[in-house]
Amino acid sequence: MSEAINFHYVVDGDDFTSAGEASVDIKRKLRQLGVDPAIIRRVSIAMYEGEVNMVIHAEGGTVDVNVYEDKIEMILSDEGPGIANVELAMKAGFSTAPDYVRSLGFGAGMGLPNMKSYTDGMEIDTKIGVGTTITMVVNLK
Amino acid sequence: MSNFIHSVSLNVSKCKGCTSCLRRCPTEAIRIKEGHAVIDSERCIDCGECIRACPHKAKKAVCSPFEKINEFKYKIAMPAPTLYGQFNNLDDIDYCLQGLLDIGFDDVYEVSYAAEFISAYTRLYLKKEDIKKPIISSACPVIVRLINLRYPSLCDNIMPIIPPMELAAIFARQKAKKKHPELKDEDIGVCFISPCPGKSSYVVNDELGKKENVDVVLAMNDIYFRLLAVMKGEKTPKPLSKSGLLGIGWAVSGGESSALFSDKYLAADGLENVIQVLEEIDNGKLPELDFVELNACNSGCVGGILTVENPYIAKAKMQSLRKYLPVSGAHPDDKIPNEAYFENVNCFKPIQQFSDNMQESMRLMSEIQTVCSNLPEIDCGSCGAPTCLAFAEDVVLKGADINNCIINMKDYLLQKLEEKKDESYDS
Repeated sequence: MSEAINFHYVVDGDDFTSAGEASVDIKRKLRQLGVDPAIIRRVSIAMYEGEVNMVIHAEGGTVDVNVYEDKIEMILSDEGPGIANVELAMKAGFSTAPDYVRSLGFGAGMGLPNMKSYTDGMEIDTKIGVGTTITMVVNLK
Repeated sequence: MSNFIHSVSLNVSKCKGCTSCLRRCPTEAIRIKEGHAVIDSERCIDCGECIRACPHKAKKAVCSPFEKINEFKYKIAMPAPTLYGQFNNLDDIDYCLQGLLDIGFDDVYEVSYAAEFISAYTRLYLKKEDIKKPIISSACPVIVRLINLRYPSLCDNIMPIIPPMELAAIFARQKAKKKHPELKDEDIGVCFISPCPGKSSYVVNDELGKKENVDVVLAMNDIYFRLLAVMKGEKTPKPLSKSGLLGIGWAVSGGESSALFSDKYLAADGLENVIQVLEEIDNGKLPELDFVELNACNSGCVGGILTVENPYIAKAKMQSLRKYLPVSGAHPDDKIPNEAYFENVNCFKPIQQFSDNMQESMRLMSEIQTVCSNLPEIDCGSCGAPTCLAFAEDVVLKGADINNCIINMKDYLLQKLEEKKDESYDS
């Protein structure tokens, strides 16, 4: 088994409009690797949701995408406030996003549920006041 | 598709290898080699951005010379509606159409007239249940190629009908044969007056794998000057125009959409904006829309590289021209022939994949990452590639010489120089 390829992205927390740059770039990379378009789409959507979450709640963070021969792993880390109630956060429609965020069309409470539904596995590691790390896996085979 | 014939030509003696076009190319199709620009045929989508960007006028759009029309016994001029927006004080389209007859054409057939049929069909098509929305317009060939190349997953969203100029050509040919039954197919020359090179290569390359119906593509700016000489407004023109404001509206971004009588549409123009919109659609991040109209040129076809007038001024002129037109001129007797519909466009193939073998692709990718991490990341273009990443890809995939990076080369030489100095002090 050959080693994984890592793509590292820094998500800028200041700017909503820049959220999604990493998920755009990863699409190109995965296409170059010859990954199935349907899988690329799932990875990219899940990652986009994660990026937006980091901008809304945590003033940005980092995304590491590791491509293995049989799976794609996305690790999204931030040093934000942490998620108080993970179970609640996973509920479709539940959102703690402030009003101004909602007025921009974000914060519909679909981020985490979407991330889970588009991936084959998702783990949330969060600590209040320390930050959140979300690891998502999409299988290639 | 390697045997694709493009409609951008380069005058090598004028090209200084300055990197202006390199930076503007939306598909990274250009490299500077041996002091001048070289276009990668597989990646070029004929958008004409490089022609716009060239400060030395070394790049030109390739169209047929006007004299080419003389190869045909019966010449039909097919003006894109954009043509009407090029003239000052034009208050009646018939002056323009009469002008086309006066410069040597036997008949005229408006593309805008055919466009109204496509609008009518699209309105019906959007009501279908089993279609993948949003439907993306198939009118701009550059956009269709861009989608095939960079967004293959959106190919199914493309409106499955030929662009207006093709439909107009079918109609024009039918009309000519009806009027003059003695004419053979090869006697009829359907001559499209084009605002852009994108439509020109569409015709040359038989892009849908069907016989194209346009015979000659003429540059709008060439025809414009010929028309100016004859359009004096001295005589009353024949009543030739048959299109309404919906058809004429196609010349400007948003025009095609507004002919759908639906508010669930989006119209974007200019390649940079279009790419952003395609990314959003690809990510499923669009609000519920029925139709997406995308034009490669700013403001739509009026912004084409072969036009004469500034696109915004042309747009304003079209507005006043449309004022006194009927909504639609489409005649119920004409019907869209079956050949106008297609299953899918597959002339361009996505070519970004490194290799058919994923393991090999991963090996190449990590090699590219290693090469790239040693590059300065300033995307200066001096190596001949548009970005440091593109250069790293060229080094690994196409055997480009790593020493072409002049920034690294400079550091290397300075270091050598220092070493030499030290050596001379030592001795």
